[in-house]
Amino acid sequence: MKQTLYDKIWDEHQVLVNNDQSSLLYIDKHLIHEVTSPQAFDGLSMQKRDVWNTETIVAVSDHNVPTTNRNLGITDKISKLQVETLINNCKKHNINYFDLNDINQGIVHVIGPELGITQPGMTLVCGDSHTSTHGAIAALAFGIGTSDVEHVLATQCINLKKEKNYKICINNILNDHVTSKDLILYIIKTIGTSGGTGYTFEFMGDCIDNLSIEARMTICNMSIEAGAKSGLIAFDDTTLNYLLKRKNCPSKIYIDNAIKYWETLHSDEGAVFENEIVIDADKVTPQVTWGTSPEMALSINEKIPNPENFKTIDKQQSYQRALDYMGLQPNQDIKSIMLDKIFIGSCTNSRIEDLRMAAQIVSGKEIAKNIKQAIVVPGSGHVKAQAESEGIDQIFIQSGFEWRDPGCSMCLGMNEDQLEPYERCASTSNRNFEGRQGDKGRTHLASPAMVALAAIKGHFDDITEHM
Amino acid sequence: MKKTIIKGQVIPINESNIDTDIIIPKQYLKSIKKTGFGPYLFDSWRYEEPGELDSKVSRTPKSKFILNKKPYSNGKILLVGDNFGCGSSREHAVWAIKDYGIDAVISPSFADIFFRNSIKNQLLPIKLEKQNIINLFSECLSSNQYELTIDIEKQTITSPNNEIIKFDIDANDKDRIMFGYDDIELTLKNKDKILSYENNMKKNKPWLFKRDNEK
Ligand code: SF4
Repeated sequence: MKQTLYDKIWDEHQVLVNNDQSSLLYIDKHLIHEVTSPQAFDGLSMQKRDVWNTETIVAVSDHNVPTTNRNLGITDKISKLQVETLINNCKKHNINYFDLNDINQGIVHVIGPELGITQPGMTLVCGDSHTSTHGAIAALAFGIGTSDVEHVLATQCINLKKEKNYKICINNILNDHVTSKDLILYIIKTIGTSGGTGYTFEFMGDCIDNLSIEARMTICNMSIEAGAKSGLIAFDDTTLNYLLKRKNCPSKIYIDNAIKYWETLHSDEGAVFENEIVIDADKVTPQVTWGTSPEMALSINEKIPNPENFKTIDKQQSYQRALDYMGLQPNQDIKSIMLDKIFIGSCTNSRIEDLRMAAQIVSGKEIAKNIKQAIVVPGSGHVKAQAESEGIDQIFIQSGFEWRDPGCSMCLGMNEDQLEPYERCASTSNRNFEGRQGDKGRTHLASPAMVALAAIKGHFDDITEHM
Repeated sequence: MKKTIIKGQVIPINESNIDTDIIIPKQYLKSIKKTGFGPYLFDSWRYEEPGELDSKVSRTPKSKFILNKKPYSNGKILLVGDNFGCGSSREHAVWAIKDYGIDAVISPSFADIFFRNSIKNQLLPIKLEKQNIINLFSECLSSNQYELTIDIEKQTITSPNNEIIKFDIDANDKDRIMFGYDDIELTLKNKDKILSYENNMKKNKPWLFKRDNEK
């Protein structure tokens, strides 16, 4: 039988098939963080249940942590309680936890791959929808709710119905200064935010083959924004070279066998995909979102759409609503919108390549007068240290950016990093939902290069014309 | 206890892509409990001022928002547009809906993780054809008082004028909604099979079973 990559990992992890045709799937790696785990541990202790295998779990605090003055600890009482709850649960169950001052600390989806905790062919879960990120390493990774977190803690397994396969084939290569962020925004715009519901994506084609693991992670990360819980990319030499440099890469005695297994992790020629789309990378231009859903994206040279031009009343209403929320007019030039804040960070774009890309653009220049605040939040302690060793922190600081400690920060604003009402932000994160970055805040998503340029200009502009 | 009937006022919100950030905003995710989220359901649509977890400060309800109007404020069934519950995997969204007193959500489509979280918490997600949804919305417009009766076991929705809509639901999901199983207990009945799978994998892929940082 010819199999897709998804079929292969699925079959490999199937413990049994239930009578309703769902499968009991074995989970190799479980990442946990402070926000979605306390109720799960609570559930365990109420039922007097144990954790199945504490060694498969890695814990970190990232969502709800300060990005300045770490030495003072967490000052917000409620946040502090949440983080301490995680610490206590980890102590109680002997779970590997990265403390706020540990160099390994960072956004859960940045540290997993970076430390080599994520490996090809694994099943990996986390109580967080952007777990799809890890698919870039050919791991079947998906977000789960807290009940499932508890289930995996207690049983090392999850009951799941298999999804359908969706092939996203991207031919050609991206133009200069067009990034994988632009590509994934373009894909989401093309298939819509529910286009992938019920499917597992596999991204393939020349374009993907030529991308780094970091760039691939940006794509898999935002699979969920198109409705797919997981996005996969096959194992190849790029994956291998990335892994060999990781701290937790299998040791010498295992590596040959591991590689032998990893090399099977691709879809067979002629495997069946229930859905398929072909994208021409050459046609992708820098993208910016204008609305309150990631599918509301435009090419930098387009104008804000006019809701009246849509056929259905539903769509007209939702577009009008988005325009109202965002404080925009139909047919406005996206370049004419003045910005208030700049956020470079999040599990989508806070890795070293992203920071290098942004730093190159701001180097020697200053952020525009109308920008009230510009922050760079590295994805992890290691990213931060690497950037500092390259002098990237200084480039940002000299341009007027604040250089922060790692965490989710203004991606969701659970800590103090938030937008004020009606402030407009150019952000490298993944969600432009209403209130996501702060109550009544307005988010425009774009690539690190585009956001860096926007910081200098005070508004969005076409990066391909400026380099 | 077996639960088969959900009966009550419908709360129509004709919007697509209602994400879990809208259902329950981030500041409430700081809670370490599963309960008490009802007052914060649709928080930014419901109140003029942003709120805070456990804050006693009173807020101004937005009079236009449906949950601030009778009889909707006592609603039991949420009627919404496509792709409900998209975005963040936060189960808090389902906890908030349940805690408010809503037992069923009717939509043309749900985001996958939200759907799963609903089943786990005995919140009934009903998927209907677009046309049925359009009809329900227009009937809701015709009268404020609009109650539906959902028979989970028979998989039917009965309207005030006794029209019946059938809905599909996976047999096991249906049992979970009616009985609220302890899934962990059920899975642990297969403990031997999980162990034997695991032992097998320890031989085949031993590198997976070394603790990180200790390889
Ligand atoms: S960076 Fe943003 S999207 Fe990523 S895990 Fe943190 S909050 Fe979620």
